[in-house]
Amino acid sequence: MATETLTLGKALNTGLRRALENDPKVVIMGEDVGKLGGVFRITDGLQKDFGDQRVIDTPLAESGIIGTAVGLAIRGFRPVCEIQFDGFVYPAYDQIVSQVAKMHYRSQGKVRIPMVIRIPYGGGIGAVEHHSESPEAYFAHTAGLKVVTCANPQDAYVMIQQAIASDDPIVFLEPKRRYWEKGPVDLDAPLADAYPLHSARVARPGTDATVLAYGPMVRTALDAATAAAEDGRELEVVDLRTLSPLDLTAAYESVKRTGRCVVVHEAPGNLGLGSEVAARITEECFYSLESPVLRVTGFDIPYPAARVEEEYLPDLDRVLDAVDRTFGW
Amino acid sequence: MAKGDPGGATRSKRAAPRTRRAAATGEPELVQLLTPEGERIETALGPDGTEYRVDFTDEEYRGLYRDLVLVRKLDAEATALQRQGELGLWASLLGQEAAQVGSGRALRAQDMAFPTYREHGVLYCRGIDPIMPLGLFRGVDQGGWDPNEFKFNMYTIVIGAQTLHATGYAMGVAMDGKTGGEDGEAVIAYFGDGATSQGDVNESFVWASVFNAPLVFFCQNNQYAISEPLERQTRVPLYRRAGGFGFPGVRVDGNDVLASYAVTRHALDTARNGQGPSLIEAYTYRMGAHTTSDDPTRYRIASEVEAWQAKDPIARMKAFLLKQQIVNESFFAEIDEQARAESVHLRERVLNMPDPQPVSMFDHVYPHGSAELDEQRARFSQYMESFEGSAH
Repeated sequence: MATETLTLGKALNTGLRRALENDPKVVIMGEDVGKLGGVFRITDGLQKDFGDQRVIDTPLAESGIIGTAVGLAIRGFRPVCEIQFDGFVYPAYDQIVSQVAKMHYRSQGKVRIPMVIRIPYGGGIGAVEHHSESPEAYFAHTAGLKVVTCANPQDAYVMIQQAIASDDPIVFLEPKRRYWEKGPVDLDAPLADAYPLHSARVARPGTDATVLAYGPMVRTALDAATAAAEDGRELEVVDLRTLSPLDLTAAYESVKRTGRCVVVHEAPGNLGLGSEVAARITEECFYSLESPVLRVTGFDIPYPAARVEEEYLPDLDRVLDAVDRTFGW
Repeated sequence: MAKGDPGGATRSKRAAPRTRRAAATGEPELVQLLTPEGERIETALGPDGTEYRVDFTDEEYRGLYRDLVLVRKLDAEATALQRQGELGLWASLLGQEAAQVGSGRALRAQDMAFPTYREHGVLYCRGIDPIMPLGLFRGVDQGGWDPNEFKFNMYTIVIGAQTLHATGYAMGVAMDGKTGGEDGEAVIAYFGDGATSQGDVNESFVWASVFNAPLVFFCQNNQYAISEPLERQTRVPLYRRAGGFGFPGVRVDGNDVLASYAVTRHALDTARNGQGPSLIEAYTYRMGAHTTSDDPTRYRIASEVEAWQAKDPIARMKAFLLKQQIVNESFFAEIDEQARAESVHLRERVLNMPDPQPVSMFDHVYPHGSAELDEQRARFSQYMESFEGSAH
């Protein structure tokens, strides 16, 4: 029983169920999260078991979802809001940036907003426009918010529970194209003993170059590392997991050993997370670097039509190409 | 203070009772219990036939008058402080005292209020030290009171955003099973005429309606959103918007503290009894500028301001108290003296408000701190210390 093989989506569903069981103040709210179980079925079965006061189908307005969740949080609830797709979060942007993020600061610590904003994000599922975006930098840039993203079922199960238990407002980004990927999940390990939420983790040890990735790109980076190993090059892959605050402890340690670093994300490169990561690694590891920190990212264009998204998204070959370039310096 | 209930036993009348029905068509369709001339109207009928009345003791009438005068005086002091460079900005409530004191005194202790940035009168009624908002406008903090302690949320400057917070809070009240009966809880959301154009306000109308939230939407229609007149926000009277969302709306004379009290008390009690939200449009006028940064002479004419001057909320209450012989000769002088003393006290305390320590700007970003910010704070402190002993 302890360890089961679950999809990432089912792991999230199970984690949400645990959170609802463990704390009567946890409420799930969003569009279609009730009977339908969410368009990706992440809340499947939860309204049936916990009732429509705990799992709330909301009117179809994102600012309303987040704004009313602020009020619920002030009242003492722990709202877990689902934004149906990345591209639909922007109507709620004002509430998130001006209200959710600042409430604790403005009140000098008197008001907490322990809210989780779940957003399925990223491309690769052949969707129409507004369904494949990577808005993480907007939120990571906002003080007062925390931003995390999971890359595998085990982390999905644990991190969603940690985020809900946290007193911070947290944007929880779910790599939607990985919802159906399976992996082992230890369902019985106590949450208190779990790996800390705001910590990066080495996903694959290596010695020759460091690849930093998060969310949907961790799988891509791991695939690249497997391919590189066949060519005799050992890549260390670090799963960043937490985008705000960034935890680059493992990255610094790794880069100081390897001397080479590639950062990978789907979001456009200009002012993306990779820019901040590259700057910090340059500051911290300057004398260890054999080449500049390189970024492998989406292009600086609106997310393109689905038939060309494979070319837009970083893939194994683009990661390996960047690794090669760090060796050519 | 005033705890009388609308619809309670009728006190001995000193004036002939009158009943006035808010007109179904035409303007101004106001629920009014005290005319600008200070005449009492015993009962006023709302558009849905609700009878509004108040039953105050003489002491309670005097208390309302005291509130109105104090709130105006403290507001004037804040305006003066801004003009003297002691505040960065001030958003005056001048002209809106009755709407704020009437609704503020209608709140029961357990009710929660969500203000904009102009509800200094409601803040006063909630028992919050009037120095508190001055910290925000002086720039020494971003609001200092504990919303849960005083049941009065922080000021919200983004127009309309707080109506959603109020709605969510009210949903939480219902989820906590705190509606129904005298001790039920209700929530009030303050906003202005300009805010009614905001998506957040309309979304909060939808939410409150479909979740039957114990909420009162209290719109102070002061006729202007900075420079833009009401006609730029709406083509229907604002209170009628409620009908489209599925809850009752009523327009009250916002310069009449008695009617503002009666209408708000009724709406709050309806909400606390689990009968859902309602909208109150308090029809009033912003006698001053939007804020001290504004120049209203650029967009409105003096005769309009003069017409509203004749509807002054304090003058009519004073006329009423005199006509009904509820006060003696010395009463007004006593109140004026109390207001003067409190404003002097307020001024002294504002002038003595210390600037925050620069390093404190790093505090309270996150509930449990942040290693990154600790590092930034330490570096900043070190940098600041490097100037010690220098001329700077």
